[in-house]
Amino acid sequence: MSDVLASPAAKKGAPPVLPEYDDEPLYEGRREIYQQSVKGRLRTIKWVVLVGCLAVYYFLPFLRWYRGPNQPDQAVLVDLAHNRFYFFFIEIWPQEVYYFTGLLVMAALVLFLMNAVAGRVWCGYLCPQTVWTDLFTTVERWVEGDRRERMLADAQPMTAAKFGRKTLKHVLWLMIAWWTGGAWVLYFADAPTLVKDLATFQAPMVAYVWIGILTFTTYSLAGLMKEQVCLYMCPWPRIQAALTDQYALNVTYRYDRGEPRMSMKAAARAREADQPAGDCIDCRQCVVVCPTGVDIRDGSQMGCIQCGLCIDACNSVMTKVNRPLGLIAYDNDVNIDRRRQGLDEVYPIIRPRTLVYAGLIAAVGLVMLYGLMTRSFTDLSVLHDRNPLYVQLSDGSVRNSYTVRISNKRPVHRIFVLAVDELPLARLTAVGISMTAGDWPVIDVGPDSTREIIVHLTAQKPADLPPSSRVTFRITELGTGEKASMSDHFIVR
Amino acid sequence: MAVQPEIDHATGRTTTGHEWDGIKELNSPLPKWWLYIFYATIVWSVGYWIVYPSWPLVTNYTKGVLGYASRQDVTRELDALKALRAERAGALARTPLEDIAKDPTLLTFALAQGKAAFGDNCAPCHGLSATGSPSFPNLRDDTWLWGGGIADIHQTISFGIRNADDRSRQGQMPALGGPNGALKPDEVITVANFVRALSGQPTRQGYDPAKGKELFASNCAACHGDEGRGNRELGAPNLTSRNFLYGSDEKTIIETINLGRGGVMPGWAGRLDETTVKSLAVYVHALGGGQ
Repeated sequence: MSDVLASPAAKKGAPPVLPEYDDEPLYEGRREIYQQSVKGRLRTIKWVVLVGCLAVYYFLPFLRWYRGPNQPDQAVLVDLAHNRFYFFFIEIWPQEVYYFTGLLVMAALVLFLMNAVAGRVWCGYLCPQTVWTDLFTTVERWVEGDRRERMLADAQPMTAAKFGRKTLKHVLWLMIAWWTGGAWVLYFADAPTLVKDLATFQAPMVAYVWIGILTFTTYSLAGLMKEQVCLYMCPWPRIQAALTDQYALNVTYRYDRGEPRMSMKAAARAREADQPAGDCIDCRQCVVVCPTGVDIRDGSQMGCIQCGLCIDACNSVMTKVNRPLGLIAYDNDVNIDRRRQGLDEVYPIIRPRTLVYAGLIAAVGLVMLYGLMTRSFTDLSVLHDRNPLYVQLSDGSVRNSYTVRISNKRPVHRIFVLAVDELPLARLTAVGISMTAGDWPVIDVGPDSTREIIVHLTAQKPADLPPSSRVTFRITELGTGEKASMSDHFIVR
Repeated sequence: MAVQPEIDHATGRTTTGHEWDGIKELNSPLPKWWLYIFYATIVWSVGYWIVYPSWPLVTNYTKGVLGYASRQDVTRELDALKALRAERAGALARTPLEDIAKDPTLLTFALAQGKAAFGDNCAPCHGLSATGSPSFPNLRDDTWLWGGGIADIHQTISFGIRNADDRSRQGQMPALGGPNGALKPDEVITVANFVRALSGQPTRQGYDPAKGKELFASNCAACHGDEGRGNRELGAPNLTSRNFLYGSDEKTIIETINLGRGGVMPGWAGRLDETTVKSLAVYVHALGGGQ
């Protein structure tokens, strides 16, 4: 629907023109956010969390944990080649992937609890995007200066010094990004060995490829995209908006106290004249320290990640102008109304919603702990042949075949006796197993591995048996007597 | 005329005019980086059309300048698979048949390869689970015409039964009935009932066991043995077994005696490579019937 052909003359005397779709911008360029540094309690907490998280991420692969001879001694290791996941004293096999399910359920519940207590604190303090963006912004500030210097420099034409600073910044960013990718691959192989191999170009291609991928993503997301990730890419802001309620402590501009905003002088005059005057002096410090560049005074919004830097900024301003602290604070929706009605503020952190979340987290945690504590080191699975269900032999006896899998989750070679209960006169043979203990086959299973064998079970007098009867396969370790069993069926007609 | 957009008062943005349950969609501009990536993907797709096979034509398709075809990938992957298996296939070729089961790694390899080859080559007659059907032997039970040792099985798979190859197993159940046959119709019935009695099945009224025994001794025992236990040299079945290849009801046994039998199995030595035939022997032997 173009209006290009309509001449300006034709519009003469027409009513004022409203915007048309054709006038709309096709896209919105990114406004560079020149985040200003800030000091305060919450900023300190953020520094501690940042250093803690990054220290864990970068150095955890080098932590050792002895598990026995010929076993990996890395505390946290994802061994894709052998399908094992090691986490300190825990070793998880692929068939135990439900532990991860438990972890994911826990993670979701913790997120619910965080939101019920204090809104999007995940976004503000713990999210990798926040942590790395904070790190990159710090580097940027260290190289190019704080908000004012950066704005001035960007407004001026390029000089050699400016070009040098920009280059240095990007080089540092790329180095951090490269180290981030490098740390990532260390979780998938023995870290010290891999570091040596990477340095001497002996490492497998896949390691270099992943370092490249993660270098690129870290550099582009934390350095170039920054807040755009939260505003355009990430689903969390949308999801978490639905997880908060009127009692959640969100970063709140207490407009009941701040409005009407005016300059200090105007406020002083108004107070002398007994006119209403808010505490907000419209200094915009809360806006310039914001990592996503939002104005918290517009109320709760998608761009706000609840990091509380505006609280620190506002509190330092309030100190200077001699007004009480906490014009911007972690506060809930209910209190604004309560203050207006002259009631006391309420901070009900312990309330049904948070109690339920905490209870669920505890329950899932206990179930997982119980599962880990009682995890067996021997696993038996028996699978009856689906076709044929039974085979009649020439003397009229009946044979059933099963696939038996024995998992040995200990780092040593172990020997098991396989036996069957409940079937009188049954004969058990295992393919490829010649050793027996009495009538039962003896099976050796290598360290930390699974062995699959085909066994045939023959009943001499099928006429005495019901069409389908229960049989229990039982493995007993020679020496320790450790047992595992599993039931299946024996079918005769 | 251009459409006059509606203005949303809270944001000052125009709306797209779409509305769901009173919620209106804002006409927010896309982020620049997103739009440019979108353009880049369009450019990328054009490049893809040039380089790779992409556009279907009436009877053909555009080939692309690289000349890529997924068929080559398959061939390459199959070659890679052969190379990957070469070590174990070599070990399988070197190991004597009887020793394969003693090495767990080799056994697992042979069973897997045997299972796949069985499904491709043997299942059409013997069934996917090797249970056979009337006239096609069940390979899971312990009734074997030619022997159930692994070497016997390997021999049968390699050269087959009663085919044109001289090395194939030869043996015949002759037709004993009919106008020129050795047995008269009533004698056929008697022998048939004797055979049923051998495997512990009921016989018809008026059947004379003494006569049956005499007829069996003079006509059948040469191949099937005095006690009817069969002869694996000749492929003569054990008649005391519960499992009959063609069926153990009287009618079927009479038909067998009257017309004779002679099932054919092709040999596989020339069609499949030696390690596959070996794997098949190991697999069939492990199905439960192996002796």
